[in-house]
Amino acid sequence: MTVTEQGKEIGAARRRKEDRRLITGQTRWTDNITLPGMLHAAMVRSPFAHARITSIDTEQAKDAANVVAVLTGAEVADDQGTMITAWPITPEQNTPNHPPIAVDEVAFAGEVVAVVVARSAAEARDAAELVEVEYDELPAVLDLKEAVTDDELAHSDLGTNKSAFWQLDSGSAGTGRPIDEVIAEARADGIVLEREYRQQRLIPSFMEPRSAVCDPTGEQITLWSSTQIPHICRFALAATTGVPESKIRVIAPDVGGGFGGKLQIIPEEWIVFCVARRVGRPLKWTETRSESLVSGHHGRDQWQKLTLAATKDGKVTGLKVDLTCDLGAYAGIVGGGVPVLGAWMFNAIYKWDAYQINISNYYTNKTWVDAYRGAGRPEATYAIERLMDELAVEVGADPLEIRERSWITHEEFPFTTVAGMTYDSGNYEAATARAKELFGYDELRAEQQKRRESNEPVQLGIGVSTFTEMCGLAPSRVLGQLNYAAGGWDHAEIRMLATGKVEVVTGTSPHGQGHETAWSQIVADRLGVPFEDVEVLHGDTQIAHRGMDTYGSRSLVVGAEAVVRAADKVIENAKVVAAHMLEASEADLEFSAGRFSVKGTDKGLSIQEVALAAFTGHNLFDDAEPKIDASAAFDPDNFSFPHGTHLCAMEVDTETGATTMRKYVAVDDIGTIINPMIVEGQVHGGLVQGIAQALWEEAVYDDAGTLVTGSFVDYTLPTAADTISFETDHTTSPSTYTILGTKGVGEAGTIASTPAVVNAIVDAVRHLGVNDIRMPCTPERVFRAIQSAGGGASSTAQPHFNADADNQDSLPPEGEAR
Amino acid sequence: MRISVRVDGSSYSDDVEPRTLLVHYLREQLGKVGTVVGCDTSNCGACTVLLDGRSVKSCNVLAVQADGHEVTTVEGLADGDELHPVQRAFHECHALQCGYCTPGMIMQTIDLLSENPDPSEEAIRHGLEGNLCRCTGYHNIVKAVQMAAGSGSSTQVGSAS
Repeated sequence: MTVTEQGKEIGAARRRKEDRRLITGQTRWTDNITLPGMLHAAMVRSPFAHARITSIDTEQAKDAANVVAVLTGAEVADDQGTMITAWPITPEQNTPNHPPIAVDEVAFAGEVVAVVVARSAAEARDAAELVEVEYDELPAVLDLKEAVTDDELAHSDLGTNKSAFWQLDSGSAGTGRPIDEVIAEARADGIVLEREYRQQRLIPSFMEPRSAVCDPTGEQITLWSSTQIPHICRFALAATTGVPESKIRVIAPDVGGGFGGKLQIIPEEWIVFCVARRVGRPLKWTETRSESLVSGHHGRDQWQKLTLAATKDGKVTGLKVDLTCDLGAYAGIVGGGVPVLGAWMFNAIYKWDAYQINISNYYTNKTWVDAYRGAGRPEATYAIERLMDELAVEVGADPLEIRERSWITHEEFPFTTVAGMTYDSGNYEAATARAKELFGYDELRAEQQKRRESNEPVQLGIGVSTFTEMCGLAPSRVLGQLNYAAGGWDHAEIRMLATGKVEVVTGTSPHGQGHETAWSQIVADRLGVPFEDVEVLHGDTQIAHRGMDTYGSRSLVVGAEAVVRAADKVIENAKVVAAHMLEASEADLEFSAGRFSVKGTDKGLSIQEVALAAFTGHNLFDDAEPKIDASAAFDPDNFSFPHGTHLCAMEVDTETGATTMRKYVAVDDIGTIINPMIVEGQVHGGLVQGIAQALWEEAVYDDAGTLVTGSFVDYTLPTAADTISFETDHTTSPSTYTILGTKGVGEAGTIASTPAVVNAIVDAVRHLGVNDIRMPCTPERVFRAIQSAGGGASSTAQPHFNADADNQDSLPPEGEAR
Repeated sequence: MRISVRVDGSSYSDDVEPRTLLVHYLREQLGKVGTVVGCDTSNCGACTVLLDGRSVKSCNVLAVQADGHEVTTVEGLADGDELHPVQRAFHECHALQCGYCTPGMIMQTIDLLSENPDPSEEAIRHGLEGNLCRCTGYHNIVKAVQMAAGSGSSTQVGSAS
């Protein structure tokens, strides 16, 4: 039986169940956990980017008061396990060994070389200072383009810095024409644009620092960790340490944000697991923010060489992409697969004849790089949406019109793209029309024109981003074809308790997304039970024994689909019991709003009454199983493809390079919406992370390979004072691949916003001769771009510098300057 | 050193190392783990508490400096089941996602509103500049502060209960 009608919960802006514990401080962050006899670990980290460890003297540290153990990599080499990647993107990928504690060689500044265990965290940290490590420094590979040459090696024993090469080519795949042909045609009689863009290195910067607690006592070893992926962590611990999987329990309690940064198995988890077992006592490690920034994985870090081919009137015919990607020192759990996730997104919402992407991944002696919100897709979207604006300029057309000439129209869905993906649904025209209306597009264009004509020092730019993304990682068969080591299914279980309460166990592992609320809404509608009576359990491998965790906007479109299927099985199980109790045939029963009723009569039973009957077992049919609980696993057939149109207005002070966001409109189509309040929150947060890439954030290393942006003083996260309030709205094209019609929203804002902002800044100063500014577009970079383009206001006398106007001594209005 | 501090309405007396930060004293000695640590450099504000009714970053105050003073944490705001108006506004406006910055945001909001009971959006944004949030993009936090301002949240919370 399938109940397809939507009830009153789906679509309601339910306030979150999660909030109460979070706003009253009744939370269970990993660092809050204290166990009897618990010890504390502090890591000793390499100050060098690349070095051989020649000796480690731990005697002085061992003698310090309240120090219980000091261990080096050599001392735990046999039982510490190893860090693994789940995604060698080709069978030939070069993957360096990655021991949790370095044994012979360190490959980035911040890598762990020893661990100190003491009775308090402060004593452990004090004693870590007493560990004497001697290094032989080796040449460090720091620049990605230099890594390509192999002149110096990031790993002495790997023989090359190259990790792998991966290609998607429409000509050979049969999904389109050969790219070289299409580019040649455009060179002869069309438009060819060649650009190189830089995706700077970012740091995810979740607010809760990572933490792990291991209790080795008892029969199962329990590891609490601030992770997005407790199930993957458990599997990898078992696979690499030899401890049976059945002896390991991993718990992700309250987790304070992740954004991909906690989609990782981390050396410190492995160290805590190993060392707790060594000392036979519970052990906790919590990182400092500096440790987090220097050793937690980073994101992005690509060079993108792009060749776009188009007809003279601006219809795109093809794109060739050469990506050079920095993996940092090691291949992380997704690792080299991150740029591959972008491979299907460069063609975005457009219809082309040909497409080719060549991905080359390299190792350097910097912090490892892995998934950060969007993972591959923001990079791709940035490249194509910047190029579409460049094409509009080349043709002399409006940037929205130029997109419309190439985009898939709403009648054409389902549509198989030049990259071979089949998009199920969408309506780019509708989202764009709505965005233009909310934005006041024509009025702002008119204002821009006026400012240009009067040569005002503060110019206005309008940036466009019409994006799509692929969500819902992922169909297991597709992952298998891509050489990914695991599946992409998820799992759910629904337990109908005797007291009428409902426990929903999900294999996804939320860390701020509000699954407890949204899953409750879904189940309340599906089973016809009160929202308040649904309890959502997650993040503990002993409770949610099967699952693939939370990342890649997958929880709703994969995890919640499993919940729906489990609920439908519960109804099927209950129906058999209800038929017996009501002395009716199953065919005569209807299920609606939580109640089984006999057609044409007023006889009926609620599903909770059936649950109680199954619990007592007093009146069941012969050989009946006394339960109606059910579980289900769901493996999607395809990804889902949310899309949207984002419009951004930026003011740029051409005399100082300062930029101010004036307006931002986001119209997203994410299919069916379960909770519009949660969706808006996801969009807002995503927007600011994408805007931050455009304007403020960059991980910077010095010539020695030290992370200069190693604290929040230097890694500049946006504050409330840097940002504005947004206008958001939605169009709805339900997914045809899911029962609920949902598409996923976790990454949309981040994917869309970065090119919208940069397009707006470039648009504001385009008439001064600027066609690119490297991210982050700091005032200095904007100023230099204007100056080097020769159109800067300072090349002539400042036009407003007269007795009647403001001059440089006037204060700007409060709050205008950043 | 021996200190006596009143925290969320209860009196405590403890020996602390002189170097102990107030946030570590709250978390590790008093078990007040509702107040959290987010950075090492006083940038994030997650550890914000009220000291004699004014907001401080408790990673930036030594425990000994709190000797003889009164501290209010996020755990001391609700009256039984009755949430403080700022807590209620954060819940109502979806001003939190992961919730890690939330204790500090709420405490700073209380301070902000006691200084300026009717702040403009700009004043709110500047008043929260010392508190970082990575989830919400601040949009709904600003709305929550506006809602709390409208609901008279500037009532005393730091005073002795």
